[in-house]
Amino acid sequence: MSPSLLDKRLVFVTGKGGVGRTTVAAALGLAAARRGKRAIVCEVAQQERVSRALGGAGVGFEETELAPGLWAISIDPQRAMEEYLRDRIGSRRLSELVFENRLFQYLTAATPGMRELLTMGKIWELAQLERRIPEAAPYDIVIVDAPATGHGLGIMRTPRTFSDVARVGPIRRQADIIHSFVVGPKTGVLCVARPEEMPVNETLHFRRALQADMGIALDAVAVNALYPERFSAADAGRIGGLDGRGSPIARAALGAALEEHARARTQRSQLRRLRRELDDVPVLGLPFLFTPSVGLPEWGRLAGELERSL
Amino acid sequence: MSDLAGVLEGREVVVCAGPGGVGKTTSAAAIGLAMAARGLRVAVLTIDPARRLADSLGLEEIGGEERRVDPERLSAAGVEARGELWAAMLDTKRTWDELIERHAPDERTRDAVLGNRIYKELSSAVAGSQEYMAMEKLHELHAEGRYDLLVLDTPPTRNALDFLDAPARLSRFIDSRSLRLFLRSNRGSLRLLGRSSQALFAVLRRVTGVDLLEDMAEFFRSFGGMSEGFERRAREVGALLADRERTTFVVVASPAEEAVDEAIFFRRRLRESGLPFGAAVVNRVHYAPAEAPDAGVEGELVELVGDDLARRVARNAADWRALAERDRLGLERLAAELDGEPLVRVPDLDDDVHDLDGLVRVNEHLFGGTQRRTAT
Repeated sequence: MSPSLLDKRLVFVTGKGGVGRTTVAAALGLAAARRGKRAIVCEVAQQERVSRALGGAGVGFEETELAPGLWAISIDPQRAMEEYLRDRIGSRRLSELVFENRLFQYLTAATPGMRELLTMGKIWELAQLERRIPEAAPYDIVIVDAPATGHGLGIMRTPRTFSDVARVGPIRRQADIIHSFVVGPKTGVLCVARPEEMPVNETLHFRRALQADMGIALDAVAVNALYPERFSAADAGRIGGLDGRGSPIARAALGAALEEHARARTQRSQLRRLRRELDDVPVLGLPFLFTPSVGLPEWGRLAGELERSL
Repeated sequence: MSDLAGVLEGREVVVCAGPGGVGKTTSAAAIGLAMAARGLRVAVLTIDPARRLADSLGLEEIGGEERRVDPERLSAAGVEARGELWAAMLDTKRTWDELIERHAPDERTRDAVLGNRIYKELSSAVAGSQEYMAMEKLHELHAEGRYDLLVLDTPPTRNALDFLDAPARLSRFIDSRSLRLFLRSNRGSLRLLGRSSQALFAVLRRVTGVDLLEDMAEFFRSFGGMSEGFERRAREVGALLADRERTTFVVVASPAEEAVDEAIFFRRRLRESGLPFGAAVVNRVHYAPAEAPDAGVEGELVELVGDDLARRVARNAADWRALAERDRLGLERLAAELDGEPLVRVPDLDDDVHDLDGLVRVNEHLFGGTQRRTAT
């Protein structure tokens, strides 16, 4: 992983569905917090997986501290709109009047891309050292648990798209500011993959699309759920050479070892392919977790792995 | 007949729903393959299939139109298809364009929408857009009646059942009285609006800039002209999806905690919406040595492979047993929710499934392997 990833102000974590984006985002947040940073993980689709993984109720739109230095927020575009209007209009009464107008609610719900734009606006706001929200404390790093690769890229592009559409006016200015920040040096992009055919392909595709659509490079790839390499080829040969000797229970355990060896080998070949195709993009391995559920202890373990590579 | 085959028997539409990353596209393709093997003319509609799956079906060059999978490819994978397997990748932008072209009341409206900057920039990039397109395509193909069975792979959105609401949401919006007022409004007629709407317009101009506002107004005005067609199709798709004689929903999940949570959520959501649930398919189930090696077995392992390797073998067996236990608990939780409804398990296959051979292997678990001619 790029040694500077934890020094970014804003990091987007994306990847194919089901590869563990939320887990990696939370672990990255914890790694930052352990370095003494004030970190916040942003969820964008009202899933609140981060806070629920800790057994709590969802955090909602409130910035909430889950562990020392690790905060979470779930971005609600409607609330973000309310906040934005209050900031722009100045008058709380007038902004509420607008916000509660049904026509206005219809318009913002139906305008293509509006939810995404509002989400990006809030992410940008969180990443500013001078917060727009009165009395809000700044964060050292904002980590976005972004949607899966295709839609993740879509949401990152939204400010520029609106800037193109609006041509002039305040939306154009605001969208340009957000876009410049997203493609600027303070923002990083981390793609999560699993060492399997399809996620590796999607990661490679995402890297090209990120370059083509946004003109920015992928900062790092985290390869999640790597099986341990417990058995060498020689070990496997030795077990194979037993030719089915042993009690049924011993044979089952030995069979499981051979299976693990085969799976780990398949994964390693996908990992090699990924590294080869990515050439200069840092690739970071994270272990498969044989635990019944994933929460703070598991994030802690993964944060440790991340810290070692940072 | 397997549980799943029973559920699919006689249906015209199968909707595969579930969270992202649990093998939903693979399950949809496998179901399509199995039903084609049984003699049906099947079309699989998928959103964004993995490259190699598309390649192995021979779909590399297609856009939104469905293409037939070459029967020789199926033969080569050991599948004797008595029917036909077709597949289409839904191309959001293109489906939108076709939709506008087909349903615009006149050329002026068509050109106004297709040329509108908001439409051009945002129609394909937007959440909800894919869902809507999936519904439109389903409606189109079902109305044409060229297929015995349509298998729909839903978009991997986190709120993956939103697509059910997409048509209704759009028609509700287009039909709203406020919108109609807005569309008719210009500076002169703003007085017709309530005081808050007048304030709103003043503020919107300030916040967005006039240019954007006018593009938005034009966008909605153009769409307003097509609202009847949208509403009618939304009603028809809704009726088709709710018809348990013709449609069944297959919820796809994995045994991991979060995926089971979402599968349970989906099952309840279908019940609340009055939609016909058929079966749950749980992919990537881990099985492990049934019994833990006890002290006696550890001694035996040491004898067989030596101290160091025996320790690693025992540790590995313990890890996999823990994983299998996690999966067992997840499946148990899901089974309790399903209360006797079909639950089909597919084991974790050693690499992920991304070609026809892989689909055939999946089908051995989904359908009991009856459609495979020879073992390879």
